[in-house]
Amino acid sequence: MREKILTFIEKNSRIDLKELAIMLGVDETVVMNELEQMEAEHIICGYHTIIDWDKVGMEKVTAMIEVRVTPQRGMGFDKVAERIYNYPEVNSVYLISGGFDFMVTLEGKSLREVSQFVSEKLSTLDAILSTKTNFILKKYKDHGTIIAEQKKDERIQMTP
Amino acid sequence: MRDPLSKTIVTIQPSGIRKFFDIVSEMKDAITLGVGEPDFDTPWHIRDEGIYSLEKGRTFYTSNAGLKELKIEIGHYLSRRYHVSYDYNGEILVTVGGSEAIDIAMRAMLDPGDEVLIPQPSYVSYEPCCILANGKPVIIELKAENQFRLTAEELEAAITPKTKLLVLPFPNNPTGAIMEEADLKAIAEVIIKHDLFVLSDEIYSELTYTDNHVSIASLPGMKERTILINGFSKSYAMTGWRLGYACGPEVIIKQMTKIHQFAIMCAPTTSQYAAVEALKNGDEDVAKMREEYNGRRRYLMHRFKEMGLDCFEPFGAFYVFPCIKEFGMTSDEFATQLLHAQKVAVVPGTAFGNSGEGFIRISYAYSLEVLKKAMDRIEAFITELRNETK
Repeated sequence: MREKILTFIEKNSRIDLKELAIMLGVDETVVMNELEQMEAEHIICGYHTIIDWDKVGMEKVTAMIEVRVTPQRGMGFDKVAERIYNYPEVNSVYLISGGFDFMVTLEGKSLREVSQFVSEKLSTLDAILSTKTNFILKKYKDHGTIIAEQKKDERIQMTP
Repeated sequence: MRDPLSKTIVTIQPSGIRKFFDIVSEMKDAITLGVGEPDFDTPWHIRDEGIYSLEKGRTFYTSNAGLKELKIEIGHYLSRRYHVSYDYNGEILVTVGGSEAIDIAMRAMLDPGDEVLIPQPSYVSYEPCCILANGKPVIIELKAENQFRLTAEELEAAITPKTKLLVLPFPNNPTGAIMEEADLKAIAEVIIKHDLFVLSDEIYSELTYTDNHVSIASLPGMKERTILINGFSKSYAMTGWRLGYACGPEVIIKQMTKIHQFAIMCAPTTSQYAAVEALKNGDEDVAKMREEYNGRRRYLMHRFKEMGLDCFEPFGAFYVFPCIKEFGMTSDEFATQLLHAQKVAVVPGTAFGNSGEGFIRISYAYSLEVLKKAMDRIEAFITELRNETK
């Protein structure tokens, strides 16, 4: 049941719980209890909205920053990550396999604001060896949702 | 000038859906629930294989019966999913949609005067294909009280010495009815007793919401009497690719292949390459879509219950078939008035045979948002009707 609920709300977190219960063929209380449980267990960690900020006309800059670190004695990757993710400017932090260690995404109002954060806050952390800042020019798809285009129903309207 | 037309073709009526299509296409903000194809796009990995085959320049005919690789995969699929085994070499024919398979199966099997039993309501092509193949269609009217399943008694009652073939269209368009193993066993017994054949149109087999679909060909003694028809349109959302297949005894498939060879040559090559990918790696896509359809099906049943609209619970395809007899009008009148009053297009049950009178077909190949809006409108419409009659 959990997996089924999650599959539905992953695509639409605003779905009416009563309707969700109907679609899953269970009682509404079952869905509500499961959701509460999963929130408590931090399986469901939040409900967010996918926004195409470009259309709002608000200046917003997102960067993906490749970070290389030297884990120090008594301070593994987790500790370094914590020092990074505690900044509210930081959107996400992933530990990555390959040529660098962390992928950090960052949102700011301008290029300057983001660069400033990187040079003043991020690079100055002791464990950090180097950073490489990649600014996002255009978002095509986010969280499984295609942003670049809106789909229309192109089927013939009546078919046997 | 002489009459340019064949006397046979002019007797065949065009589909009853046309009229509604014409109105809907002129109407602004109409919601249509009249579509008989999935609302999903073909999964990308399948489309990608099609594109790749084009890039590689695979733009030639395939052999008449279809790509060997595809026929082998179809064989694997049928044995994996429905426990019936077909030899790729001689027992499987790849066709232009399930539609072509229906047509050429009848042409390969019927002599003038042979009677074909066609349960209705059902898809619109069986009767015309039978007539064009010089067969004589004999309609079996399925009943709501049997959940629109075919019973052995109904079958037995329709058989004459001239009967040759039974069309078995389950999971059913337009009713959503399915036939479970016990139902099929009863039918198989009658078929064997009277030495008949079955054309089993299982195009909606993957869209079954109870247990797994059972194919009549998997029952003892039935494989040699069955032409099994299936395809990619409904299960993999591949309607526009026009790809289906027929499986059956080699003697029949051989003759069908002959017609196919002369009339069609081969099914579209690009589609065949894409279909190989669908069968190899598409199970998960099918399961996801089925889950989504099932949720919508439950939602519609719930709404009908709430508004007190009589509807048996269908367990297959993506249609529900509610009864509108309480309003004292024909299906056609109901559908026409609903369209004009609330701008919701549904298909009158009579488009699928006379026994569809008193019912309408609603497709749930639409997003929940669309279905919600449409159900609100239908609810408003029938509330109005009920108030009028009070």
